[in-house]
Parts: sequence; structure tokens; C-alpha cells
Amino acid sequence: MVDILGGIIKALQMILSGDPVLYGILYRSLFFSGIAVILATLWGTPIAMLLGLKDFRGKTLVKTFFNSLIGVPTVVLGLVLFLIFSKGGPLGSLGLLYTPGAIILGEAILVTPILVSIATTAIEAVDPEIMNLSKTLGASESQASLAVLKEAVNGVLLSNIASFNRAIAELGVALLVGGNIAGLTDVLTTAISRYTARGDLDLAIALGIMLMVFVFGINMIVIAARKAKFLLTLGRSPQ
Amino acid sequence: MNGDAQRVFEMQIWQKLLIAAVLATVVVVAGTLVYFNYFAKRRLLISTTTSLYDTGLLDELETDYEATHNVDINIISAGTGIAIQHAENGDADVILVHAPSVEKTFLEEGYGVNRKIIAYNFFTIVGPSDDPAEIEGKTAKDALKTIFAYGESLADQSGQTKIWVSRGDKSGTHTKEQSLWKAAGYNYTLVSAEPWYADAGSGMGDTLNIADQKSAYTLSDIGTYLKFSKDGTISLVAHISQEESLLNVYSAMAVNRTVPANQTLHEQINYADAVDFIKYLVSDETQQFIENYGKTTYGQSLFYPAVQPLKDDAPQPVVGWIKTAAFFEGSECPPQYRSDYPELYS
Repeated sequence: MVDILGGIIKALQMILSGDPVLYGILYRSLFFSGIAVILATLWGTPIAMLLGLKDFRGKTLVKTFFNSLIGVPTVVLGLVLFLIFSKGGPLGSLGLLYTPGAIILGEAILVTPILVSIATTAIEAVDPEIMNLSKTLGASESQASLAVLKEAVNGVLLSNIASFNRAIAELGVALLVGGNIAGLTDVLTTAISRYTARGDLDLAIALGIMLMVFVFGINMIVIAARKAKFLLTLGRSPQ
Repeated sequence: MNGDAQRVFEMQIWQKLLIAAVLATVVVVAGTLVYFNYFAKRRLLISTTTSLYDTGLLDELETDYEATHNVDINIISAGTGIAIQHAENGDADVILVHAPSVEKTFLEEGYGVNRKIIAYNFFTIVGPSDDPAEIEGKTAKDALKTIFAYGESLADQSGQTKIWVSRGDKSGTHTKEQSLWKAAGYNYTLVSAEPWYADAGSGMGDTLNIADQKSAYTLSDIGTYLKFSKDGTISLVAHISQEESLLNVYSAMAVNRTVPANQTLHEQINYADAVDFIKYLVSDETQQFIENYGKTTYGQSLFYPAVQPLKDDAPQPVVGWIKTAAFFEGSECPPQYRSDYPELYS
């Protein structure tokens, strides 16, 4: 029988004592997911701006494409990337398989659809008058786009946070292209699976607690931020 | 501002961002490559069967080896099936496996070279302590027959009640299970389709957990079983004692840099360090370490060293068993599958 309570107590002790293995894994999780979100933001925001501000043929199709990719199972993406990065595969000569770079790229690709979708919605929600107004005031098309982006900054931020949550909580990509190598490519999720398989349940519980704390913490910050903004708008709105 | 100039501006904002994105991607890729090629220690990628890893033995060997070598050992633990796949793709430098029949094909196809038998232990059939199928003390063959009969006699044939859990992951243990069913006179494909037969598709630890939850029997390597049993994670009991058919032989192989199918060269394979690590595994000190590993914790060795007994051609029956089970053409590695480093076989 598994001693759950004892496991949780031991896990908390490990977390509090600053166990270097635990914190190494946490650090890698935060680092890989963070860089992945930055990458995805860099290539996702321009796409979202195109989708949100411009009209072109096939726009709905592109939007549907990104929307439906949000739910792509992480193991499937992991498998595809494994086949691509494996030395027998098309990008095998880069030698990226089982390196942190492979996880970062994989997670960036994984979160791109969610980032693009949320950011596009945010940009579309901005009053089109802002675009027109800035142009009337002498702004170039480019400056006007920036003005819209500034108005949508909360939505873009939300898309980053949602992406970060998806990246830090996913298992498939990190496991298949990272290889779960201790001290190099193991992250919270893959390490939980390893320590459960090895019977080191205390460690697995400790990592699970850390992951939950981060995911919940981030969500709570988002909710709090939204509430604060809501109150702010209430206060500003004319009675 | 005329229309053309405006159009140019219009493109710029997202173009700039896209260029930044491309640059950032290049930085990540290049950074990884530069780091691994110039700054990191030489990398030795080992793809291993789960039992050597899950028992913690490889962790200890890794620490010991890295202390004296300028090499960073990276271990991927996913089972013999994937280890062989890794070697065929050139995704690992060394593989540690325990499925002689698969290894033989593998050497013949030319994907691996310089095989060395490093250790052995025994599989065991574990099950609930009350032993509902009554296999205690039987030979493995009879135990499987008894389990099969017990499975057929169950009132519930809906597939809800499972009494046998298989790794089902093409691992060395899974390969052994298949050969045991065959030796007991069953067609494995038919057995695996029985309603009382569960296919876990995961590592030894997960499979033991599943068998424990379902009060079912399973085939386990002794090392992983002892670790889980000692930690109190599972309450399964080993019912079958050591015998020839349950022998479990571990060997190491270096991955061949040349892909035999199309003669391409995997330049990134770290062959020199791979062979050096195999030499380290078969050295007297490491063999001694393997023998002592876990003795104080579990009261018995998890793995027995194989190098010296084989070299001495010792009289114990187990030496003969190893030769029968894991020698090809009378050798652990016939000369045509050796490459350089003759000292490995002196």
C-alpha cells in the first residue's frame, strides 16, 4: 500500500530543504517553457496581427487551422518531431534530438496555435475606430497597427500565459524529443513519470506539488489581474 | 507620404517581428549546437533497458565514470525495444539490453558491434501473496500452464478481471515472456488475446504497479521487483525460484557508425567513448561494484557479474546456461561483429 500522507510530508520536506535535484528540474521546466513562449510570441504575434487586422482570401481557413491545432495531442507532435530530429530523419544532421534545444523548439511549436488564436481574438476585439483615428491623426499604417497592438496588450499577455501553462504542463514533446535525461532534459512532467516508474514516489509527489503550485499560481495571477481590470473599467465607466 | 512608401511601412512591422522570430529560432538552434560541440564535455548517449536504470545501478556507474573521464553520460531509459530502435537510427552511442534473440538479429544486420555480456540475474514470476492460481514452487513452464488454466476457469470472462499483466512494450522482459509462453506450449498471440491477459505497454515499474493493483501475476526482473517490494510500493510476492529458463543476461553493445542498409556514416556517434565505457563496464572494479550493488539494502545482489565466470569458464551450471542462452556461434560476440579494440576479447 502506498503511504500517501507520509509521501506528501517527505515531499514537502524535500521542497523546503531546497533539494538540488528538485530545483534543477523546476529550473529547467521554467527555462524551457519560458524560452519556448518567447519564441512563439515572436513568430505568433505577427501572424495574429495579420489575422486580426488584414483581410485576405482564406483568412477564415487559416484561423480555423490554428484553432483546431490548439488541441493537438502533445505525444503526436512529439512523435512527429522525434521522426524529424532523429538522426535518420530529415533534420537529423543537426543533432538536436535529446537536447534542450529540441524541447524548446517543440514546445514553441506546440503553443503557437493557442497563442495565435488568443492574440488574434484580442486584436480583433480592439475598436476599429482606434485604427482609423490614429490614421486620421497622421499615423502610418505601421504606427496604427502598433496602436492597436498596445490596446490589445492584455489579450496578448493572456495568450503568453496560456501558452506558458500549456508548455510547462505538457509531457509528450519533452519526453519524446528530450529523452528525459536526468540533469539535462528532464522537466517537471517527465521527471514525475520517471520517479513514479522507479518507485521514488516522494520525489514524484514533490515535483507534482511544484507543478501544481506553478500552474495554479499563474492562473490565479491571471484571474486577479482580470478582476482588477474589470473593477478599473467599472470605476471609469460613466454612470 | 505617397501610397508606395506607405505600403512599404505597412509591411514592416510584422516583417520585422517575423525576422526577429527567425533570428531567435536560429539562436536557439545554433546555441544548442555550439554548446554541445564546443563547450560541453564529450557526450555519451546510453539507451538502456529500464531495469538497469530503475534500480539506480546506472546512476551510480554514471557518477563514478564521469568523475574520472571528461565525458557527460546521458541516459535514456525506455526498454530494449526502443534501445535497438535508437541504435538503428544512430540516436544513441551505447545500448544496454537483455534480449539475446533480438541482439543476434541486431548484430547480423550490422547496427551494433563489440557486444559484451556484462551481468546476469533471474526473472521471477510475481503475484499476489495468497497465490490464487497456486504456482508457488512450480517451474516457470508449469506456473504459466497453471495461470492459463486459472484464467480459463474464471467466472468473469468479460475482460474486467485480469490475472496476468504483460509489459507489452517489446522490452527484454516482454521478449522473455513470449518465449516462456511458447516453451509452455502456447501460441503467444492467442494467449495475449485472452480476456484475463492485460497488456500494460509500459516499463517494469509501471507494470508491477498495475499487477499489484489488479492482484495479478507478472514476469519481472528480480532487481526492479526487489526495489519496489522493499520500498513497500507493491505487495506482490515472488513465487518462482531461479532456474535456467528464467535466466536474464544483460549485455552492452556499441552502435555502429556505418548504417549497413545504405552505408551512410553517422558522424555524430561517439564510438571511441562508447567502447571505452564498455571496457569500463567489464573491468574488474566495475564488476565487483555490480556484484555488491544493493546487497546491503536488499540482502542479495540485484545483478551478478558475468565477465569473470565466463572468462574462467567456471563450473557453475549458470555459466553453461549463459552460454546456451546468450552466446552466438559459441561466443558472446563472434569475430565478424567485432570492430577494432581486440583487447575487449582477450
